Amino acid sequence: MNDTTLSRGARWLHALADDGARDAGGGPVRYADAPLGGETARFIAVVPDAGNRFVRARENVVGLEQGWRLAQAVRAAIAEDASSPTRRPIVAIVDVKSQAYGYREEMLGIHLACAAAVDAYASARLAGHPVIALIVGPAMSGAFLAHGYQANRIVALDAAGTMVHAMGKEAAARVTRRSVESLDALGETIVPMSYTMASFGKLGLLDQLIEGVDADAPSAEQTSRVRDVLAQMVREARMDRRDLSHRLQSDAATRTRAASIEVRKRLAQQWDAD
Amino acid sequence: MSAAPRDLLRESFIELTARERARAVLDAGSFRELLGPFDRLESPWLPLQGIVCQADDGAVIARGTIGGEPAVVTAIESAFQGGSIGEVSGSKIAAALELALADCERGKIVRPVVLFETGGVRLQEANLGLAVISEIQAAIVALRAHVPVVGVIAGMVGCFGGMSLAAGLCSYLVMTKQGRLGMNGPEVIEQEAGIEELDASDRRHVWQLIGGEQRTATGFADALVEDAVDDVHAAVRAAFACGVPEAHRTEQVEAYLAKLAQIDPASVAPGTMRAAFGSTLLTSRGETA
Repeated sequence: MNDTTLSRGARWLHALADDGARDAGGGPVRYADAPLGGETARFIAVVPDAGNRFVRARENVVGLEQGWRLAQAVRAAIAEDASSPTRRPIVAIVDVKSQAYGYREEMLGIHLACAAAVDAYASARLAGHPVIALIVGPAMSGAFLAHGYQANRIVALDAAGTMVHAMGKEAAARVTRRSVESLDALGETIVPMSYTMASFGKLGLLDQLIEGVDADAPSAEQTSRVRDVLAQMVREARMDRRDLSHRLQSDAATRTRAASIEVRKRLAQQWDAD
Repeated sequence: MSAAPRDLLRESFIELTARERARAVLDAGSFRELLGPFDRLESPWLPLQGIVCQADDGAVIARGTIGGEPAVVTAIESAFQGGSIGEVSGSKIAAALELALADCERGKIVRPVVLFETGGVRLQEANLGLAVISEIQAAIVALRAHVPVVGVIAGMVGCFGGMSLAAGLCSYLVMTKQGRLGMNGPEVIEQEAGIEELDASDRRHVWQLIGGEQRTATGFADALVEDAVDDVHAAVRAAFACGVPEAHRTEQVEAYLAKLAQIDPASVAPGTMRAAFGSTLLTSRGETA
């Protein structure tokens, strides 16, 4: 494969799991099993697929086949480890710019394809697989929900082009009738509106921002550092609960997600009638 | 259940507010609202953007009983910010489902119902809206191992964005003809892909594509009901009576990949796809492909 045409997701799959040699054929969902921290982990990426028969899903987006194939890749790991005392870590390499927008996608149930991916990742987490999201590019909206947002731990490269958001900047500007510049300015005061990874970290949702890594051409030392971070996250996830309560426990969450915490506290108080 | 002659005196479900809908789904006299308007848990983010808050943030949480069993209903109010999911409204739904899960894990089954009426993430709370939707989804997946999670999409807003994935995760979905279920709303598709992809102003075409009738005929929803309080009330009970499905829709990966493989993207249309995607009515769920 011509290295200059690789997407970031594909590049990081090769960087982290080249030894796995179990790239699942062609297609938009690639995965490989490879060593991580003394054990074997499954690495999964969504990559561009220029020949995809669904023309609205040929870039690094999550469409019908991507959603169901993500579910398949994750569920295969769950099934293979079902009788094993150790459940392998699953690393979602996140470089997805959106869900696929198309007439056929809606007709054929893209919502269900993406829900199947959500279900598979959540089920893996509940079954004891440490699920880690590694954000190396955009992690946008429904595509991130399907590929990464059910993880026990979320880490990101501190690099141009990594971002998490509910809507692409241009589309968000159109919908809110603002300019892209004023949207950026708004993000500086309204933390959840920001597109930067640093702001995402302030919401308590990011476990580590990995600095000093070339996202497009990582050196061996940089790749090794990322692998160490992933291994550390796997160890933490194994010692933690299998739900997502970890996201509300950091100092950042205590500050920025006070309302989320308050809702849970007061609802619990009122749950049972006196 | 959609075959009964329409009685003009029957009460519309669509015309009800979220609070009235929650009351209508629960057994008569059992409604008890949690975190109601007097608790004044409002969005911390809307005032910073000059937008007036609502005292319940557009989400109603109610305990009560369904068929005599303990239940919780979470209802989204479409009249406030289009039913969009903000930090508080979404956390109310996630927390209610998490508390139901905790009860179920202790052996105390609580029947959960989600009344969807939402365009998805509230853009003014962007990343927190997306985060709480992932938390709602996590709770549904964990909860439905113990008890069916029943979703209702009545209309007229429908169910879109990340919440359409939440609807897809439900054990059973009840829809009216007026309800719509899709990931990207028609306007979004027209904007992103062009009017030749989809003309969002063609209402008939949009409903043929993602309306309740098509969604039940193709197995993406389980029951099609009239816009009547009695019918929704009965369909929710019928769904719980079916118990936890052997395989949830989102677990039927090979079956859905096989269905997709039968589809020719160049020629597929709402009518022709029905051959590959048969209905899965409440009484006949299971692998069909």
